[in-house]
Amino acid sequence: MIIPQTRNIGLPMMNLMRFKGLPILQQLQIEEQLLRTSSENWCIINDGTNDPTIVMGVSGKPAELLEIESVLRDQVPVIRRFTGGGTVIVDNGTIFVTFICNKEAVPDLQPYPRPIMSWSSTLYSKVFQGIGDFNLRENDYVFGNHKFGGNAQSITKNKWIHHTSFLWDFDVRNMAYLKLPKRAPAYRSARGHLDFICRLKDYMPRSIFIDKTVEAAGTQFSLRSLKSEAIETCSKTEFCPSTRFLTNEELEAAAVAGQ
Amino acid sequence: MALTVWASSTANALRISCASKPHLPLAFSFSRCFSTVLDGLKYASSHEWVKHDGSVATIGITDHAQDHLGEVVFVELPEPGVPVSQGKGFGAVESVKATSDVNSPISGEVVEVNSKLTEAPGLINSSPYEEGWMIKVKPSSPSELESLMGSKEYTKFCEEEDASH
Repeated sequence: MIIPQTRNIGLPMMNLMRFKGLPILQQLQIEEQLLRTSSENWCIINDGTNDPTIVMGVSGKPAELLEIESVLRDQVPVIRRFTGGGTVIVDNGTIFVTFICNKEAVPDLQPYPRPIMSWSSTLYSKVFQGIGDFNLRENDYVFGNHKFGGNAQSITKNKWIHHTSFLWDFDVRNMAYLKLPKRAPAYRSARGHLDFICRLKDYMPRSIFIDKTVEAAGTQFSLRSLKSEAIETCSKTEFCPSTRFLTNEELEAAAVAGQ
Repeated sequence: MALTVWASSTANALRISCASKPHLPLAFSFSRCFSTVLDGLKYASSHEWVKHDGSVATIGITDHAQDHLGEVVFVELPEPGVPVSQGKGFGAVESVKATSDVNSPISGEVVEVNSKLTEAPGLINSSPYEEGWMIKVKPSSPSELESLMGSKEYTKFCEEEDASH
């Protein structure tokens, strides 16, 4: 007699929450709160976000990274998130996948950036097996030498978060809000945005990607699906996230200072 | 001095990171994990070091930590006057794609921060025990130092941590 869930015995528990079109600020603030206040493991998938939004890393300097005049003219929201890494512009064509783990959740994994990045790539190798020459190139997910997924992390004393924004599709016009970053991976070879990135939709249907990601996570964790209402319970904890919108005044000041 | 010079050239030959400058007679021991560990400092299991010097303690992250983190590109430090607690975060370092909390090995009040790290965060990589110091603290409970590891204990801790992964 086959006992269901037998294969999950011994795997660490992970809560799985799936959203569709959740505003990216809300997603990031939920993640920051879970990282800082929850003792459980989490996988969060957000299938697209509602409005085009620029998201910078914790140390991002708007004057260096953004075409501020255009951003202000078109009132594109700008967020500074709590994790490291670069700048992206996200919209309903972006799929977000996040893992928040206790340090013991992945056996034999040292809680440092490179091992965590490497672990993530082995998980996604299962998702993209046989598809499009998938690889982790420096810190990006690529097909060949074209980036389709960007990563960022935050590591605390007892936990870590690794989150990814996948370019399932993107609007070419939105790339014009972003400058070429000073700090870029060597393999980019000074290529402009459109020569550097590619669309995941050219390789895999949207729902298949999400299903395969959940399946890959299920090989390492015992997944427990939670409804998004469960997050309200988490929100009752007193926590003030650092992730926030930058104000117009801050962007204007940055533009002036950068001249 | 002679020991320091010999150790430096040997370190170079073995490609071991060597934070000591020849004119500073700090003794250090090699760890098999090829990170430098200095005698005379105390170490936390979260890979911060503390040097207690009279009424002030200097704090930073170890060579083992900076090596595992990669190139540090940004450092977040507290303001002077802010309290710190043993084992709790007081700041963060960003290395490429990750921010990593830095925890204080002791409790006390921040009296000075290393402002050079704003323009030169890479000092944490190139000189984790000297120019890459992060904060200076007036300790509130000097006995906390006794709960920290000495150099030999920390060296073994690093070896065991690396071996188990």
